[in-house]
Amino acid sequence: MQALVRAFRRSIDPAALIVFACTGVLLAVGSVYSANFLSAGYLLQQLQVAAFLGLIASGAMLVILLGHIDLSIPWVVTVGGMMSTALAGWAPDWAWAAIPFGMLCGAAFGLVNGLGVAVLRLPSMIFTLGTNAVAQGLMVLHTGGFAPQDHATPAMHGLAVGRSLLGIPNALLVWIAVGAAMAFLLTRTTLGRYVYAIGNRERAAYLSGVATGRVIVAAFAISGALAALAGILLAGYSTKAYQAMGDAYLLPAIAAVVLGGTNILGGRGRYAGTVAGVVLITVLQSILSVMQMPEAWRQVIYGAVIIVMLLVYGRGARSAG
Amino acid sequence: MAIPPPLLEMAGIAKRYGGVQALTDAAITCHAGRIHAVLGENGAGKSTLIKIMAGTVQPDGGEIRLEGTARRFAGPADAARAGIGCIFQELSLMPDLSVADNISIADPPRRFGLIDGPAQRRRAEAALARLGIDDIHPLTPVGDLPLSRRQIVEIAKALARNPRVLILDEATSALTAADVDRVYGLLARLKAEGLAIVYISHRMNEIRQLADDCTVFRNGRSVASFANGSRSDDEVVEMMIGREYRHMFPERPARTVPPAPVLSVESLGWTDRLRGISLTVGRGEIVGLGGLDGQGQREFLLALFGVLAGMTGRIAIDGRPVMAGSPRAAKGRGIGMALIPEDRKTEGLMLPMSVRDNLTIAALPALAHAGIVDRAAEDEAIEAMVRLLQIRAGDLDATVAALSGGNQQKVVIAKWLLTRPRLILLNDPTRGIDVGTKQEIYRLLRGLADEGAAILFYSTDYDELIGCCDRVAVFNEGTIGRVLAREQLSEHALVAAALDIAGAAA
Amino acid sequence: MTDWRHHARANRGILLSLAVFMAMFTLYVANHSAGLTPGVLLTAANKGVLLALVAMAQTLPAITAGLDLSVGMVFVLANCLAASLVQGTPLQVTLGIVAVLAAGLGCGLINGAIIVYGRLQPIITTLATGAVYYGIALALRPTPGGSISEGFADAMTGQVAGPVPTMLVVLLGVVAVVWLPYRRSVVGRAAYAIGSNETAAYLSGLDIRRAKLTAYALSGLLASLAGLLLTCLTWSGEASAPIGGTYTLNSIAAVVIGGVSLFGGVGSAIGAVFGAFVLRTIEDLLFVFDLPPLWQPLFQGAVLLVAVSLGALRLLKLRNRLDVYG
Repeated sequence: MQALVRAFRRSIDPAALIVFACTGVLLAVGSVYSANFLSAGYLLQQLQVAAFLGLIASGAMLVILLGHIDLSIPWVVTVGGMMSTALAGWAPDWAWAAIPFGMLCGAAFGLVNGLGVAVLRLPSMIFTLGTNAVAQGLMVLHTGGFAPQDHATPAMHGLAVGRSLLGIPNALLVWIAVGAAMAFLLTRTTLGRYVYAIGNRERAAYLSGVATGRVIVAAFAISGALAALAGILLAGYSTKAYQAMGDAYLLPAIAAVVLGGTNILGGRGRYAGTVAGVVLITVLQSILSVMQMPEAWRQVIYGAVIIVMLLVYGRGARSAG
Repeated sequence: MAIPPPLLEMAGIAKRYGGVQALTDAAITCHAGRIHAVLGENGAGKSTLIKIMAGTVQPDGGEIRLEGTARRFAGPADAARAGIGCIFQELSLMPDLSVADNISIADPPRRFGLIDGPAQRRRAEAALARLGIDDIHPLTPVGDLPLSRRQIVEIAKALARNPRVLILDEATSALTAADVDRVYGLLARLKAEGLAIVYISHRMNEIRQLADDCTVFRNGRSVASFANGSRSDDEVVEMMIGREYRHMFPERPARTVPPAPVLSVESLGWTDRLRGISLTVGRGEIVGLGGLDGQGQREFLLALFGVLAGMTGRIAIDGRPVMAGSPRAAKGRGIGMALIPEDRKTEGLMLPMSVRDNLTIAALPALAHAGIVDRAAEDEAIEAMVRLLQIRAGDLDATVAALSGGNQQKVVIAKWLLTRPRLILLNDPTRGIDVGTKQEIYRLLRGLADEGAAILFYSTDYDELIGCCDRVAVFNEGTIGRVLAREQLSEHALVAAALDIAGAAA
Repeated sequence: MTDWRHHARANRGILLSLAVFMAMFTLYVANHSAGLTPGVLLTAANKGVLLALVAMAQTLPAITAGLDLSVGMVFVLANCLAASLVQGTPLQVTLGIVAVLAAGLGCGLINGAIIVYGRLQPIITTLATGAVYYGIALALRPTPGGSISEGFADAMTGQVAGPVPTMLVVLLGVVAVVWLPYRRSVVGRAAYAIGSNETAAYLSGLDIRRAKLTAYALSGLLASLAGLLLTCLTWSGEASAPIGGTYTLNSIAAVVIGGVSLFGGVGSAIGAVFGAFVLRTIEDLLFVFDLPPLWQPLFQGAVLLVAVSLGALRLLKLRNRLDVYG
């Protein structure tokens, strides 16, 4: 019986519930404007769009749980898109490897981030800013300053826009798979436990014999790989990779993670909350755009909603003391 | 001689933190021109009382009177304005700011509305000179000073505001002997100037020497107030612990042959803090580390545990040479070390995490297959430890921060017992925990030793070393001065050895 | 005697970034076809001062161990405002300038109020308010345009007393009128105290709320001044998210190069100014050395990464591994 209660408490996340409830309210308000907002087709389409942000936020969450931040996301997303399309362009025989290759490149940037933070002990905020600039430089060099001619492979395109099982978008299936893996990692593996431990008190984790450096490097590498995967899907979505394709994803990803109840200083937060945060932000953006709200007011509402939500229930973002 | 009316009077003070009643009906009366010692075990409520005096904590009930007028302090600034100065244990210094900045931080001398640097510097020099200190440059960042100098700055900082009531909380714990004498001289002068001084210390001889009045705290209550010298030491100790003192420590097994060494250290050195340390700890032995605070004991434990870089010398476990490069290596197979660290809140525990997660964090590799935690095995291990150590936690899934200090320390110990260590290093493990838990910990340590563990036990509490240890190695400036065998252990011998006074063997 | 050493040590961030800047600028001038002419100086100053001001704006929250990710957006908002308000008669121009700066101060105050009274983390707060400020800028100016009083713009981007760029004079004025008094004020030192150890600052009886509010408010003010000067250079307003983002990120890089600790308590806005100049000079160096334009972003990124990695040198003298875990 007790075990049942515990299992129940383990699986329910109040932050996620609140954020999902807010999403429901948003959709209800939107449905006054257009009944479309409650149709299955619209919702599936939103989840497909949310998948890109969801992949990025998954990696960002892992890093934020450590008490760090990954500001290299924008150009690592681009690296993922460009390197996968480039491989297909350079060596058509290897087109099947485009997706893993893109993710590998992203993981490599994450590895560098992790080494800088874990070994050189530099603040992640500034070091990842540096790797972001380097990634940008490499990509500019790679494209020769223009949009590349390499197009997304059919596999990438299919993964990003196709639908297979029961008409569920493939991108959503990818997010579901990644999300399940993340949830498993965070709750059931030693790596996940160490991530929380480091985020709460790295000193105590180190003195408990945790290989803190390896955990940090692994988390950044995963973040890089997932950002690159999102870039690959984005390239598939728009059939090609282009410069600055990841710029629009950094702030929403961090906002989604924090709205989902993850403490920006690390150590606390559940994956369900991040899912809820991603869905909320996607739906918010979509409703504002369907209502033909000008971009300007969309930004204002977007920022204000984040502040208000955090002020109202502000679990994760509250500073200590 | 007529006693003047009390300068500071507190009565009926109560304070509750979450589930813990820190103070109940506490009272103290301090007079101008007298030094009032506050005695009590750690966790008896002394620090809460001081925080209330200094305005950093608001009492739930009770009355504070300053010169007969009832007062409430909204915050530390408020209390300081009212003339209450507090010397915290190094807590109120800003490491990146200079000594002069720190001393005048709250009300600096100003010119045209801006801080007057030269005047501030003169003030700092005057404040240090008043203490008889001439080796601290006022422009040094406080973070660059050694601990003992920082404590001097803290004292100078409190005095710079010319308080009428001065609270010293273990203010001499890190000072050198010469500085302690200076502080004593200063306190005598301040007393003559008419300050009321509240003095908290664990050192009985210090209190005997300094205090005019004493108040004893136990379990959050003020149990007795009396003039210094009117009670014997034994009586005072009994008031503090509330029971007879003798049965605190478990029996030590009689030994005829020296035990087989588990740990042997030969001429271990590290920077200028550890020099030529050689020591062995045998199977089933509890070896204490004694000496004044800060003589290298902590560094010695950290060195064994693989935290320090650039060590010289040899360390062997079961005769095999080992040199751990990290705590992870130290706890691993072949070494099997555990370290109960100095500060359980920042080094021992991840405070916001659950009791469960804290309990298994060190032993997680053994409770997982291919990186996946075996929940059944984890639950079993947790249950066994909670039972063995009688950890009193309402909800094991709740944050460990909600537990009392004693139960938190039990979690730290339990976390390491799960790794089945052969060599257990303890860094002052009973600081700030209640007497009952202390007793449980002593029993547990003896039990572990009897089962074959080797234990190194650093404590700042001499009674503990005398009561618990088979031998005590006394540290002095980074070396082991003397090793006292069980028959030689007495407070006198420990103090004499700590101060490196001849005839310590007496 | 030893005073000199202590002062040098306290200001080593400034000295180091100054030295790096001087070396790079000398290299730049020595390789410039025209040498050190007033024109070269003017161009360099006009480009450098904007980032220098934004970096100063970033310094103030950084000292309190906070961060302002909205500085770039306040900068852009001020740019858009100035392109609408700073025109007409001298009185109108003056009122317009006051309005632009007041708007910046207001943005900063809002940031500070949310952080202090709402007790939200600075990073996430300013991330969100940055979106709001950008939205307002975009609403003001959906497409690039507007104009600014020509007289004012010419005066700001020209020279005074012969060859001295006005921008530099403005920067010096800001340092003298805003930074130096702030540095020596009670509220300014409280900011350092908070960044160094917030608990100790509280126990010492400092007014933490006032110090944080002031830091963020001044940050907004300085960012809006930079936005105003940008308008003088471009003669128009543009609500550009990339420009805002770039300035925010570069301001963080500049404060770090200038010796300001992101952990708080250490550093000076003067160091941040030289940090900004260093970043700007890197670009100029790439130009005079004829590096192919395509290579420039990579080179800039690499220099930035190497510069921040120098901070790891402190690890070399680390003997107690616990010291890295704060």
